[in-house]
Amino acid sequence: MSRVVVGPFNRVEGDLEVHLDVEDGVVVSAEVSVPLYRGFEQILVGRPLEDALVMAPRICGICSVSQSIAAARAIAGFAGVEMPPNGALAPALAHAAENVADHLTHFHLFFMPDFARKAYAGAPWHAAIAERFTAISGTTTAEFLPARARLLEIMGAIAGKWPHSLAFRAGGTTRSLDLGDVVRLKAILADVRAFAEGPLFGHRLEAIAELSTLADLDAVAAGPGDFAAFLRLADTLRLAEVGRGPGLVMSFGAYPGVGPAGAPLFSAGVLDVSTGERSDLAIERIGEDPSRSWLAGEAGPPGRATTEPDVEREGAYSWAKAPRYGGRTVEVGACARQLVDGAPLAQALVAAAGGTGVAQRVILRLVETARVLVAMERWVDAFARGGSFCAEGTLPTDGSGVGLVEAARGSLGHWATVRGGRIVRWQIIAPTTWNFSPRDGAGRPGPLEQALEGLVVGDDGARSTMVQHVVRSFDPCMVCTAH
Amino acid sequence: MRKDRFSVLWLQAGSCGGCTMSLIEHGRRGLFAELDAFGIELVWHPSLSEETGEEARAILEAVEAGERRLDALVVEGSVLMGPAGTGRCQILAGTGRTMADWVTSLARRAGVVVAVGSCAAYGGIPRAEPDPAEATGLQFDGADRGGALGAGFRAKGGLPVVAVAGCAPHPGWIVETLAALAAGVLSAEDLDGAGRPKFFADHLAHHGCSRNEFYEFKASAERASDRGCLMEHLGCKATQAVGDCNQRAWNGSGSCTDGGYACIGCTSPGFETARGFLVTPKIAGIPVGLPLDMPKAWFMALAALSKSATPRRVRLNAISDHVVVPPGRGRRGSEGGEG
Repeated sequence: MSRVVVGPFNRVEGDLEVHLDVEDGVVVSAEVSVPLYRGFEQILVGRPLEDALVMAPRICGICSVSQSIAAARAIAGFAGVEMPPNGALAPALAHAAENVADHLTHFHLFFMPDFARKAYAGAPWHAAIAERFTAISGTTTAEFLPARARLLEIMGAIAGKWPHSLAFRAGGTTRSLDLGDVVRLKAILADVRAFAEGPLFGHRLEAIAELSTLADLDAVAAGPGDFAAFLRLADTLRLAEVGRGPGLVMSFGAYPGVGPAGAPLFSAGVLDVSTGERSDLAIERIGEDPSRSWLAGEAGPPGRATTEPDVEREGAYSWAKAPRYGGRTVEVGACARQLVDGAPLAQALVAAAGGTGVAQRVILRLVETARVLVAMERWVDAFARGGSFCAEGTLPTDGSGVGLVEAARGSLGHWATVRGGRIVRWQIIAPTTWNFSPRDGAGRPGPLEQALEGLVVGDDGARSTMVQHVVRSFDPCMVCTAH
Repeated sequence: MRKDRFSVLWLQAGSCGGCTMSLIEHGRRGLFAELDAFGIELVWHPSLSEETGEEARAILEAVEAGERRLDALVVEGSVLMGPAGTGRCQILAGTGRTMADWVTSLARRAGVVVAVGSCAAYGGIPRAEPDPAEATGLQFDGADRGGALGAGFRAKGGLPVVAVAGCAPHPGWIVETLAALAAGVLSAEDLDGAGRPKFFADHLAHHGCSRNEFYEFKASAERASDRGCLMEHLGCKATQAVGDCNQRAWNGSGSCTDGGYACIGCTSPGFETARGFLVTPKIAGIPVGLPLDMPKAWFMALAALSKSATPRRVRLNAISDHVVVPPGRGRRGSEGGEG
């Protein structure tokens, strides 16, 4: 058996190191290490409550709005502020813009360039993929980057700037949109639709959003566009069969307050993929275990946890803690979100492959993108003329709150406690903390660690492209993971 | 034959990645076309380059050994020296060496060293109390000269660390700085005392603020989402913070103050040491952070005078989230005024 180290693991957000034990060309065990720690949970303690709105987004430059909204919701949770309807729509739009930008950035800049690598040079499909997706020089970037910048102009209208805005508050957003702003948002979404329906999907957004069977997907795969090109690759390389998830998926519910009676766009819950059993989210079942982390302390719920570095901790190999749901490892992200929401295509993909995997994650990320873009157009039309965007509340000096949000990469939670107007605890569990968790005290590996077990790497070892595909299929955000 | 490209190696130290996210917003034809137009070549970028694992290590090692020319080392994120000076808060994956070690070693090989973002420039948010990771900037630790490379550091080309401050900086600040360096037209005289290019740092965030009329009359917002000036009550530091923030559009149209919230002075060394960012600190009801280069007594006298002269329109709009009294029109012109 040999041990190989994969790193620096680039084209992910932040720092990642993967250790693989390989025997006869097969990964028998993996350790996923987060080698960066900044200490936001320590920095937040002792500060005035609203300083969290300044600090929290700066955990992450790629999901900054998710962090802002989680912090605002944690505050709203005990401040008892009710957002006015516009004050729910505006953050939903900004959040959706970030999530769509992240999904598309992952596809175009992080994930697809691996198929342009020389390792695939002999494949009949390689030349066409390399022309489109070679890192930096591929032809997709000249189409995608301007479309991404245009999409993020939504932030200029709603949030002042991106990343790192202070527009997101417990009561809504700080900038009221007038008629001209709303029309401008519609123009932006029309431009983004043109990009998505052109080079990316080659189909109407509605047609992609409504895909529900494998036959539907096959029909798309036979057509034009970069999505179709990936579908063909996934089929050729059998990407649905690698990178198997742990079997339990979770969503905190995405874009609350925008549907009928305040329903979220995508529902919350937990689904056991193997049994099909779906249950309501029970956040009291969430715990974190630092047994294998360079952090002191014992396993327990985030509402009672602390964060204190301990680089000498025996057996530790990551700055991330190990989050568990009722003791089990959980996969989060677009694939999980669409499964929990009951999307027929998600169910069909997982049923056919016997679980989640590389192809399922990437396909559902793009299908979710189409679903969200269609919803965003609806939200823009729903603004109430002259209505308030931000309710005022009184900040309590004592209490606890939980802020839950679905970031692009999955479930993000903030657990906050304040005494005498000062933060005494602020614990964060980010999406990739779930997906790229280290082992817990019982030795159970995290989702990526499990997903890498059994992977065939042959003689390639650390150079295996399959390792790259499996790791990047989760769209990891490492800066969030250990924060 | 093509002229030598201006080679840029980008490293992410203790960062959130937000500076890179800002960077890739730049350019009508996309960032890569823009960089190409300026003759800039990315030797390696952790978010954007194909090379991974051993291929990436080989690039870093070749630069470190002096086998590969490096025109600019760009660092995003604070240099983390902790815990207890070991630098173990950030190991560059796959190398077993601390990022602090890599940064200081590669800086010696670079024609110029550029700190992108206030973290790399001065330490930034990770440096906030209790500074768990012992964060520092490249050539400043907060407002103090020093940092990871030391006060006396000069890159091979002779410049101190060029500091594209901001959290995150405007994409234009980053690319225009790199383009000016590539063209060889950015000299020491073009940098201010904190290493920031003067083309954006010789302005204040306040200049061009859409709330200027409210500022002039000291007609102040009282709640988040009010249209009035954010300085008196809601923590705005735009009159003290450098940056042409309100003279260029962020994400197509915005800025912090246009977005309805306070400037937190993110281009300033040590901005992270503040507490209570969203409330203006006052002594005896008077804001302590008045404009830097104006005698306080004059400011107070003018403020009192302008407050007493505030038109009704300005006074009412300041405490509303939309325009409740439009500007007067036509010859009478005073329909929104006091009379």
